[in-house]
Amino acid sequence: FDVMATKPCTKFLSIYFQVVIWRAVASIAWSVLLLPVTTAVFVLLSRFSLFHPIQWISDCTSLLTASSTIFSLVVLCGVVLITGFFNLEFYTLVPSIPCSRMALLGTVLHPRQCVHSLVYCTMGMLVMWCASVTIGGRYSTLGTPCRQSESGEVVTCLNEYHLFLLLAGAFMGYSHSFLGVVQNMYYVSFQPIQQYKYPRFKGCLPMVVKCSVIQALYSARNFAALYFFFGYVPKTWISSTLNLQIDSSLQPLDSLTGLLDFSLLYHLSISGAFLYLTWYLTVLLFRIYVTEAYSFPVQSTFTEDAEQCLPKVLAEKNTLVMKFLALQDLALLSQHSLSRRLEVFNLSQPGGHPHNWNAISGECLCLLSELTQRLVAHQDAVASNGRVKSQSASMVSGTEDIAETPRLSVPLRTPGSVFKSSVGGANRVLTAPFTPDVDSPFSSPAIRRLVGQQDPHSPWSGTVQSPHIMRRGPKLWSASTGSSRFSVIPLHGLETSVNSCSCHTLNCSAQVKSFLAKRVLIMYLFNKLPEASSQALFADSQAHIWALQGLSHLVAASFSEDQFGVVQTTLPNILSCLVVLLEAVDRHFKLPHASSKPVRTLCSMGDSTYKTLRFALRAALKTAIYKITTTFGEHLNAVNISTEHRKRLQQFLEFKE
Amino acid sequence: YGLLDEITNSAEEGMSLTHCNHAAFAVRRFSLWASSFHGSLFPHLTLSSDEMVAEFSQMLDWSDSALRSFAWHPHTDKFAVALLDDSIKIYKSNSSPTPTLKHRCQRSVCALQWKPLCGSALAVACQSCLLIWHVDPASLSTRPSSGCAQVLSHPGHSPITSIAWSPTGSLLVSASPVDTSMMVWDVAAESAVPLQRVGGGGVTYLSWSPDGSRLLAATPSALFRVWETRMWTCERWPCLKGSCQSACWSPDGGCLLLSMQGERVIYALTFSDLTGINNTYSSPVTAFFLMKNHLKQLFCPPFFSGSSFVLRAGDSQADNHPSVIAVFKTRSSPVFELLPCGFVMGEAGAEPRFMQFHPHFQHGALLTVCWSDGRISHVPFYFSSAGLLGGDSPQQALASNTTNPSSNKLYTEQIS
Repeated sequence: FDVMATKPCTKFLSIYFQVVIWRAVASIAWSVLLLPVTTAVFVLLSRFSLFHPIQWISDCTSLLTASSTIFSLVVLCGVVLITGFFNLEFYTLVPSIPCSRMALLGTVLHPRQCVHSLVYCTMGMLVMWCASVTIGGRYSTLGTPCRQSESGEVVTCLNEYHLFLLLAGAFMGYSHSFLGVVQNMYYVSFQPIQQYKYPRFKGCLPMVVKCSVIQALYSARNFAALYFFFGYVPKTWISSTLNLQIDSSLQPLDSLTGLLDFSLLYHLSISGAFLYLTWYLTVLLFRIYVTEAYSFPVQSTFTEDAEQCLPKVLAEKNTLVMKFLALQDLALLSQHSLSRRLEVFNLSQPGGHPHNWNAISGECLCLLSELTQRLVAHQDAVASNGRVKSQSASMVSGTEDIAETPRLSVPLRTPGSVFKSSVGGANRVLTAPFTPDVDSPFSSPAIRRLVGQQDPHSPWSGTVQSPHIMRRGPKLWSASTGSSRFSVIPLHGLETSVNSCSCHTLNCSAQVKSFLAKRVLIMYLFNKLPEASSQALFADSQAHIWALQGLSHLVAASFSEDQFGVVQTTLPNILSCLVVLLEAVDRHFKLPHASSKPVRTLCSMGDSTYKTLRFALRAALKTAIYKITTTFGEHLNAVNISTEHRKRLQQFLEFKE
Repeated sequence: YGLLDEITNSAEEGMSLTHCNHAAFAVRRFSLWASSFHGSLFPHLTLSSDEMVAEFSQMLDWSDSALRSFAWHPHTDKFAVALLDDSIKIYKSNSSPTPTLKHRCQRSVCALQWKPLCGSALAVACQSCLLIWHVDPASLSTRPSSGCAQVLSHPGHSPITSIAWSPTGSLLVSASPVDTSMMVWDVAAESAVPLQRVGGGGVTYLSWSPDGSRLLAATPSALFRVWETRMWTCERWPCLKGSCQSACWSPDGGCLLLSMQGERVIYALTFSDLTGINNTYSSPVTAFFLMKNHLKQLFCPPFFSGSSFVLRAGDSQADNHPSVIAVFKTRSSPVFELLPCGFVMGEAGAEPRFMQFHPHFQHGALLTVCWSDGRISHVPFYFSSAGLLGGDSPQQALASNTTNPSSNKLYTEQIS
């Protein structure tokens, strides 16, 4: 039995290795291959002299073949490898959205994030060391021989220029790591269109170069200001520990005249741009490789390959990235591939059951109804405004649909990497400040829910069959049906933890809030950010959008392509699920802050598409319903759905939505 | 080899000159050439923004036309008209209020298109940006606020002269003659993916095939591209003469009709590897203008079965003839054919400026024509029998007029 159980698992792991790990490795390999090019450009720019072009070129060519440059390249390769490893380890498909400033602060001060910052500081210093060696001249070494003024003997002095660049590297490393949290740098979003990797890279390259230059200029400015005020601290420390003299004949750099050195600032900015470009290119290549569409087989002739087929991967809970890729593949096949659609509509050979369609549509409907529940629960929480919530939470929470979803009880970890399982336990500190940390009190409920771990305090933990019932009153529902299918576990659960910073437990503690309201700073830190809860609700909506696209296109295609009528049996389910979701979404957009547009960030590597996912979901939902209604037209009257839903669909038939 | 000969000849001539003279000449030539390089390579870049819109708009004589643009809703009896004062009016078949859309950014409207599979969204190509209006069909308001409009803009991507929604309504592509990349918008997320191809110097006209598998992108130069929309790769089609003016797809997306600047010929491209659903029994209805010695517009209604025909508008002012729209039948199977069918005439002195077929007219085909005097007339074609080749005849034309509602019998001439 043991062998039987582990076999599919290894099969799945193999496909996971095939897809994600290979892609990550390929992206890192390409970033390493790009290093000589960026280094050459950096060398050209750093040695730039307008009036001696020939000498400039010959200098650069000789420098590029020098052993010091080769050694720098080896060091830079190491930096790129570590960056690539961090990308693979920390990337996330569902952004973690802090609901208050306190939560954001918590994420920044999280031990894992501290380790991340430390590593990036070190890498920044390494890159800057390489850069200063490459630039040469006055930057090359930490110690320089100098003549002491009184005695006249030659001693080793501290080279402040070198130190300045090294500290700038550390500063830029930290700011990269910090902005990574704030801007969700490790969030990987999927493009609305499919492109081959090379054109996509070419298209993104100008943006990345622009971003790194702008970021380098900002960082250079900030660092110069910082060094002006606090520069003497590291300077005296280094000089005392390494026993280096401070050359008093030179202008100190933490003065205004020392900093207003054009050549110094130029070198600082281009080294910074080089540093950022190295990191950003690695991130970009990783994003391009991971989000590339993967074509799963719809069905396989051999049973041992069944784990790699689309319906099985769609139901995957362990690795979010495979689920996303499978949903993307579903959306693509439903639009572009006739032959694969026919496979979906096909019947199984012995038995004649539409297993493929049932599995695919079931999984999509499950995703959508889960979103509906989430929205309804959120609306209830907002409507009750924390008064009734604790009560209803205690009634609803703990009800687990044991019959249907036993897998939910298994604590699962999301995105991913296989390293997480191997690193495990004690080394958990090393893993991911960016991957949703389930155990952390700072992670948003959306993440916890996605991971599949039930949060007993969150109102949406119970599986709700219909939002209507849910709206009328959770008490009624749980009391009436609890006997057979649900087990109501009475919680001693009013100790809704105040120390937990998740947005939904925050608003329930009204008394604490009124007490704290007098302290302005605490209020500032703990106040909910507007729209954050709305963004958190829809954080993983890319999956829902694909499910909607896939379902609607498959249903529309079934009008002419479905030979056995397998879609017809599920059509009422699909339609009512879509209409119920539409009602929930409509109500959600009536909440304050839900329909306000986020401010557009001008130029940053962080992807901000998650901020508009709720609008995209609403548009995709309406388009999906329209797709079905325009295809089926009057035939919809023959479909068995409730009159309420039929009325709503009639609106769509008349294009009144 | 002719080119090689030329090069060797010129090289020999260069050698025969004195080196000094030659070098000086070359330097001067180069500086001159460099300064005017951009403009000479792509003459349209020297135009001002308004001139460019007028040049590349599908509306003829855009700058002095009372109507700037026109668009039927793809699913309902509703159309939007952009007027000279940059406002947009929306007319519906029933006597519901006609909303007027005005926005601060809405200047020099060049193109309108309703979002497919949606009841409310209307994309407007303006001089500086792209506006997406969300006009609630159920609301009775006649002046929707500018809060109903999404503003999409991208630096360097203006003026926008053409827009095209994907037939599934999920993507919007916009093009500008000054920008070598066209933008693929995810409208709800307000994010754009630029697709850049340098050759051609810009993109002037976009047309998405009805099955969504291909997208035509015309450039100001003698070059157009056909993108396939799955992986977004393109094939280049250098034209013989002039740039591509207008184009239309057959309903199955298998055939593309093109008109070139300065040519009286319609080119047809057929694509064999169809991936989408293919209604082989339906055939296109096409319409195009013959304007100032070249074909200006081609139009094709999306749904049509039975017999088929083409409409063509001719402007032969040189011969002192009134402007006419010529009707042609087309047949896509077994081979593509165009058969002359008849003419549609306007009132005296009125020239056709723009035309579009109603996307889903139940009883045949309905052609809507915008005339130079500001009228919009609808010309229905009823089909008495699907199999009868000459059975289609315009019974009547009702003019729904923006300027003068009283005149309603614009054209009643029978087609032979």
